[in-house]
Amino acid sequence: MSLLEVKNLHVEVEDKKILNGLTLSVEKGQVAAIMGPNGSGKSTLAYVLAGKDNYNVTEGDILLDGESILEMAPDERAAKGVFLAFQYPVEVPGVATMTFLRTALNAQRKTRGEPEFSTPDFMKLVRDSAAKLGVSQEMLRRAVNVGFSGGEKKRNEILQMAILQPRLAVLDETDSGLDIDALKIVAEGVNRLRSPERSMIVITHYQRLLEFIVPDVVHVLAKGKVVKSGGKELALELEAKGYAEYAGEAA
Amino acid sequence: MNAEVRAIKTTAEQGLATTYASACDTLPGDTAVGSLRAAAFRKFETAGLPHRRVEQWKYTDLRTLMRDAKPLAGVGELSAQALAGLSNILAGVDASLVTVVNGRYVPGAKSDVDVVDLFKFLAASPDYKLDQAPGSEDAAFGLNTVFMTGGVALRAKKSASPAKPIHIAHVFSGKSAASMYPRSVVIVEPGAHVTLVESFSGPDGIDYQVNSALELVIGDNAQVDHIKVGYDGDAALRVSTLGVTVGAKVHYKDFAFTTGGAVVRNQTFARFAGEHTQATIAGASLLKAKQHVDNTLMINHAAGHCDSREQFKAVLDGQSHSVFQGKIIVEPHAQKTNSKMMTRALLLSDEAEADNKPELEIFADDVVCGHGATAGALDPGLKFYLMSRGIHEKEAEALLIQAFIGETIEEIAHEGIRQALMFAALKWLGARA
Repeated sequence: MSLLEVKNLHVEVEDKKILNGLTLSVEKGQVAAIMGPNGSGKSTLAYVLAGKDNYNVTEGDILLDGESILEMAPDERAAKGVFLAFQYPVEVPGVATMTFLRTALNAQRKTRGEPEFSTPDFMKLVRDSAAKLGVSQEMLRRAVNVGFSGGEKKRNEILQMAILQPRLAVLDETDSGLDIDALKIVAEGVNRLRSPERSMIVITHYQRLLEFIVPDVVHVLAKGKVVKSGGKELALELEAKGYAEYAGEAA
Repeated sequence: MNAEVRAIKTTAEQGLATTYASACDTLPGDTAVGSLRAAAFRKFETAGLPHRRVEQWKYTDLRTLMRDAKPLAGVGELSAQALAGLSNILAGVDASLVTVVNGRYVPGAKSDVDVVDLFKFLAASPDYKLDQAPGSEDAAFGLNTVFMTGGVALRAKKSASPAKPIHIAHVFSGKSAASMYPRSVVIVEPGAHVTLVESFSGPDGIDYQVNSALELVIGDNAQVDHIKVGYDGDAALRVSTLGVTVGAKVHYKDFAFTTGGAVVRNQTFARFAGEHTQATIAGASLLKAKQHVDNTLMINHAAGHCDSREQFKAVLDGQSHSVFQGKIIVEPHAQKTNSKMMTRALLLSDEAEADNKPELEIFADDVVCGHGATAGALDPGLKFYLMSRGIHEKEAEALLIQAFIGETIEEIAHEGIRQALMFAALKWLGARA
């Protein structure tokens, strides 16, 4: 069954229409790639799923497990299992990464009525997950993303995902700004989190990322709606031909 | 027309003049002190209370903010209630306590440092000239000279290193509004290491007035941490002046933490008189309702090769108003001065106001000086990032505010004081949620 259903979604940002009747469903356990040219609405879709302010839904709905999440604040959506790996993770000066992770995890658990993690259990969880992603203890002590390189920031996003264990992970251009080695580390981290219980939306401009995170389906986004869907071979086709043929559609 | 001649006096100005006329014969001190008072009063008579057309007082117009002059406070008792008030924030800090109640030193059993009453000190120390500290030209400092009722003098002996911080607790104790004018002198001899805390407290709901002044003299090679903690009652008006002379090769840290009071002005006049001194002058204010808090600095680099860092932060809720004025003067021969001043205000409400005025006056040609100022709301991008991880809105805000203000508090070297102030900041945040 579908974990996520986006129905005829129309979204405006500062009175500018960005999404024009986007319809998309993601099955439980499925990895769906969303590809499209610049300005097609990929990042808007990511933000609107996570519940960012000033993304005005004028029509349509977003259902998670059949329940509309449109009226939910970002933290409520997170507690329901929505996770956004940011294209540009922000720096949070003064908040230690460890404190941030613990606050986030326990806040989600509290919202869901689950007991908080004990300190030793939490430390073990973070240590194990961080080691796999090559996130050092020193990075964990530092303020969130402050002074991190581009690759470190992206690894920190995947670390958060590993700890928060979302049901729907949205990866917004996770490949941007990464060299091939960093990309491999991040992709391996993502692949370890693939599970029949977890769905992922992998947003990317390039096919390169999909060599490492192989999607079950590929959707092409142009001018704010899904214009084509197919298997992973669709990504290769786009790589060869470019997005030119979609430029005129959905006007 | 001569702007200096003002026929109309405010109620407060008239009240201050009346108080002086009736009290000048009974105020403590010898004839030399009496002459200082008389001279200071003549200056006050001419200039009046500082007001918005006096540049240094532009944002804290005492002619408007001080509606009347409260009578001089009588001898106060350090009641259990007053003690409870002063233990509020710094209760857990193990310090040598020196209590100054209603502007007078109250020798207490708890004190274990070498402290004397100000006027006893002056009588016994003819070499020490009162009113020579930096800032003694200032109008509020002058008013303190007019009315100073007491205070303490203490000396950290050469190379001494007291294990505990010295805590001068200024307490207002009384059931109705009055005014207090404590003046203290702290002399840190060369090589001594001292942590000096000044606190100001009093009951809520009483519009008492405080005008305090501290003359601090720091000898060469000394290390001084001065921490001023303001948690006055919610109707109090307080002006505190620090005049500090800093010798050579000194490590000096100054921190002003303010959460209380209706109108507060902390003014610091620092003169770096010896080379190779390193100083950090910082502050944090957490304000709500209609609080008005002004931190004003006048830093004079009179000797070369000194580093100074100034960092002031304010968090403003409600209709509160924060002021930061910082002036760094580098004298012609003070080459190789390195000075950086930063002030940041975080506005949590549309009705709060922050005025930041950093200034540099550089007369030397081989210096590195800079300043910056920012004022703004919580970054919505940061808040969204935290919330997208499941952190509730209020908690996300609290975490970001804590981080903002914590950056300054973390600079305090003494662990107990640092933790006490961080806890006070968290309590302030908790009360907001």
